[in-house]
Amino acid sequence: MTTQTARPKPVIRLGDRVFARSTLIAGSLILVALAAVAIFLIVEAIPALGADPKELKGSPSSFWTYVGPLAFGTVWAAFLALLIAVPLATGIALFISHYAPRRLAQGLAYVIDLLAAVPSVVFGLWGIKVLAPAVQPVYAWLTDNLGWFPLFAGPVSGTGRTILTVAIVLAVMILPIITAMAREVFLQTPKLHEEAALALGATRWEMVRMAVIPFGRSGLVSASILGLGRALGETMAVAMVLSPSTVISFVLLQSENPNTIASNIALNFPEAHGTGVNVLIATGLILFVITFAVNFIARAIVARRKEFSGAN
Amino acid sequence: MSKRIEVRDLNVYYSKFRAVEGVSLTIEPRSITAFIGPSGCGKSTFLRTLNRMHEVIPGARVEGEVLIDGDDLYGPGVDPVLVRRQVGMVFQRPNPFPTMSIKENVLAGVKLNNRRISKSDADDLVEKSLRGANLWNEVKDRLDRPGSGLSGGQQQRLCIARAIAVSPDILLMDEPCSALDPISTLAIEDLMEELKKEYTIVIVTHNMQQASRVSDKTAFFNIAGTGQPGKLIEYDDTNTIFTQPNVQATEDYVSGRFG
Repeated sequence: MTTQTARPKPVIRLGDRVFARSTLIAGSLILVALAAVAIFLIVEAIPALGADPKELKGSPSSFWTYVGPLAFGTVWAAFLALLIAVPLATGIALFISHYAPRRLAQGLAYVIDLLAAVPSVVFGLWGIKVLAPAVQPVYAWLTDNLGWFPLFAGPVSGTGRTILTVAIVLAVMILPIITAMAREVFLQTPKLHEEAALALGATRWEMVRMAVIPFGRSGLVSASILGLGRALGETMAVAMVLSPSTVISFVLLQSENPNTIASNIALNFPEAHGTGVNVLIATGLILFVITFAVNFIARAIVARRKEFSGAN
Repeated sequence: MSKRIEVRDLNVYYSKFRAVEGVSLTIEPRSITAFIGPSGCGKSTFLRTLNRMHEVIPGARVEGEVLIDGDDLYGPGVDPVLVRRQVGMVFQRPNPFPTMSIKENVLAGVKLNNRRISKSDADDLVEKSLRGANLWNEVKDRLDRPGSGLSGGQQQRLCIARAIAVSPDILLMDEPCSALDPISTLAIEDLMEELKKEYTIVIVTHNMQQASRVSDKTAFFNIAGTGQPGKLIEYDDTNTIFTQPNVQATEDYVSGRFG
């Protein structure tokens, strides 16, 4: 026996062991959940990919021509929403973090957070009942006066339930998350860098542009991606507001609008049967891939400027 | 360009609290003036009033006059932004902009003052400023690398290059070496000796050896106790302050009896 000379075993306390294990389980769980979803989507989607086009709704020539307009509509609506929400959220976050007096800033931040608590079905109702009728005259004016601009080409939708209205609703929905994250990163700008800019003779706005925004850029990208993820997957509000058809079209104000994948699933799933179910699940798989790709690209963008991020 | 600073009966307040009381002194151009004193005696606060950086803190205000070649910094209609373009500042901890390259850091202030600058002018200015800060030879091959990748001493010299790139009249330094090792400190001190030929330099330091090594004149600040305002106790040639000060408190401080 060599027990005498053997190195004493490091003491592992029960608490440490339990804690280490439980974090490991928690970490693994997320992978399992992701894998389970991915496997479900792939297995269920396979029959749809080789399905007879005649079984598809609207009789397109193949599955790909069926999903194409939907995928386009999904990305287009989410992109428009982001285009509206990100500048607005950045402005609100900067106002809260660097311009507003403290009292007002706190109140405003609270109101923005409240916006996140509104259920999407409520946003949908608001979109139909309030927003669409309100913007319709504006749309009519736009097509009459700026109709030469391809995005605003006529004829105008009579109901206002167009892709642009959807994008506005989506923008309002993703505004809180982007604002909250942007506010946090802007508040974390080191005082040192702000003072460096001011001491060089920067005005307040120049200081924000020189020190605050560059410092928060990667956080802002992350925030936008979270918002984009939500906009891509948003179902209820889109399904309620949009009057859909199967087109690929960039125009914003007409009554012919591309539907989104999530909304299309919600609208058609109750009546689907047989291969139709598989087809809808296959479109879900496409949505999954799109969202994944968007996240991947965003991470790549953030990583490319890593050395300049201020993290080192 | 180098200018004279005259301070007349300056009081500094943070809201109701008086942080600095009744300071009057004159700082000659092309000289180095050191502010020494125990922590909390108001020397950094006073330094910041020389380019209105104290206004960054809400509620901070001054009474009195600060004249730079006769122009009052606190006169009506004087824009603090323009003041700061004439009076550069270097901080306690090196603070190059992490999102900018070395070159962009040097040009940061210039781009604010004068948006359009040709590429060759910009390159010349970068070289001149970095040479002026004794940093050129160390970074000339990596001007497009991030400034945050340099050592602490190099970063501090980069900040000095950034400050002198806008050709200010006066350079304020708030404990510029307190976060640096002795070798880097020596490099900065040598640099100050060079910069003195062109700028009025005011430095706050906790290091009395540093004050005696680099400065021509020294101002000693002190407080009577916590919650009391800081006051200028004695201001004279550095040599006098460190060998035969007039005030007992100064002698106690420079000889290490307190502080």
